[in-house]
Amino acid sequence: MSSQAPATPLRRTSLYEAHVAAGAKIVPFAGWEMPVQYADGIKVEHLTVRSDAGLFDVSHMGEIETAGPQAVAYLQRLFTNDVTKMPVGGAQYALICREDGGVIDDLFTYRLAENRFLTVTNASNHATDFAWFAENAGGFDVDVIDRANEYAMLALQGPAARDVLSRVIDGAEPVRMKICETRIAGASALVAGTGYTGEDGVEMMLAPGDAAAVWNALLAEGAVPAGLGARDTLRLEVCFPLYGNELSLDRNPLEAGLGWAVALDTGFIGAEALIATNESGPAQRLVPFVFTGPGIPRQGNAVFVNDAEIGVVTSGTMAPSLDVGAGMAYVNSEFAEPGTAIEVDVRGKPRAAEIRAKPLYKRPA
Amino acid sequence: MADEHYPEDLKYHPEHDWARVEGDTATLGITWFAQDALGEIVFFEPPAVGTTISRDAAYAEVESVKAVSEVIAPLSGEIIEVNDALADAPETINDDPYDAGWMVKVKLSDPAEADALMDVGAYRQHLDEGA
Repeated sequence: MSSQAPATPLRRTSLYEAHVAAGAKIVPFAGWEMPVQYADGIKVEHLTVRSDAGLFDVSHMGEIETAGPQAVAYLQRLFTNDVTKMPVGGAQYALICREDGGVIDDLFTYRLAENRFLTVTNASNHATDFAWFAENAGGFDVDVIDRANEYAMLALQGPAARDVLSRVIDGAEPVRMKICETRIAGASALVAGTGYTGEDGVEMMLAPGDAAAVWNALLAEGAVPAGLGARDTLRLEVCFPLYGNELSLDRNPLEAGLGWAVALDTGFIGAEALIATNESGPAQRLVPFVFTGPGIPRQGNAVFVNDAEIGVVTSGTMAPSLDVGAGMAYVNSEFAEPGTAIEVDVRGKPRAAEIRAKPLYKRPA
Repeated sequence: MADEHYPEDLKYHPEHDWARVEGDTATLGITWFAQDALGEIVFFEPPAVGTTISRDAAYAEVESVKAVSEVIAPLSGEIIEVNDALADAPETINDDPYDAGWMVKVKLSDPAEADALMDVGAYRQHLDEGA
């Protein structure tokens, strides 16, 4: 094992002490000291989120507020999705791209008011995103404000999440893809019906000073702490992309299968490149796969069909809800059909696998 | 997961592997410290019977959800038996690292190599020094 000394000191969220007290294993992640797992381990936490309610500290994620008379026109220029389709109190997933279509980040944005939006950034990309937002604000009557230090963020996820929340929230919970301003355990919070696990639940943004009280109140109502390890296996089973794995400057949203979040006719930065990709069809496509025999795929493993290299694994793990090795890979488009038999080279060992349709895991109806 | 313990009757390698030496054969596995550092073990594939292994070199891999780790041979020899039960229940390595969680049995090519391994006292000191 090797570790690289970080360029800047690692930051701690306002819940660091709570994590240590709960038996967390703390690891460096995107410049932060974050809990990768607690005492029971990733598998147990993962299965708890699938069957009950898990509570994640995702305060490392950043926030950018966009406000002003031309906020919609401005965000329409930045975001791949059609911002005009997002109602006040609604949420939308989008990407920001360079002119060549390469992905700078993938983001959830909440429309807090007619002309006020809050965008959640990936921790590792926040500084880059904010610079991109600022750089492209010229000519628009908008204010772009870095709000990363003003919010802690918690995610309460799982079939019992809303039951847990109902016991500490003032008034109604936001339905899926909606956001509301309310109080949780006495603290003022933005609560959104969104998440990254494939389960029902909410994400909460609140003042860092209130985070510990809300965290403890949700645990007291039965939520179980879950770390970044479980967050990763949960999102992978439902085939949500992770920036740095599935998404990068070298990949575009259409290759990544995110065409549903791309409105090609809205004039966003990168639209021309994506229109061209859309006409020619992407050379590679992101697909989920499962191992049909033993082994665990890992990021960077090469993918083969009939001894010809046709792709690369972007994420791989033992999928706790499926109990097999599973992952996602970019493969040459002609091999992207579900059912295609592939071989994954895991450190020199060929492992049998099969391409599947998204998602790999579907919660029971 | 088992409580931290290190049996008196084993020999220890600094890479957190143990050997139970009986004449010219030895049973090998990983220590409590190693399984704890890895977390829940979800995959172990033993090498084939008949494979030759060399002291200080990797002879297998053990995987948790997040990580892959090499298993280092504390002694040299030829594998004469492997713990096939670990294929279906790799978590046995977490639950019982020194007994049910054994990995391979080896016919030693040089039983005197065992003299260079640590006893439990020396291994505990190795752990105290930050392993």
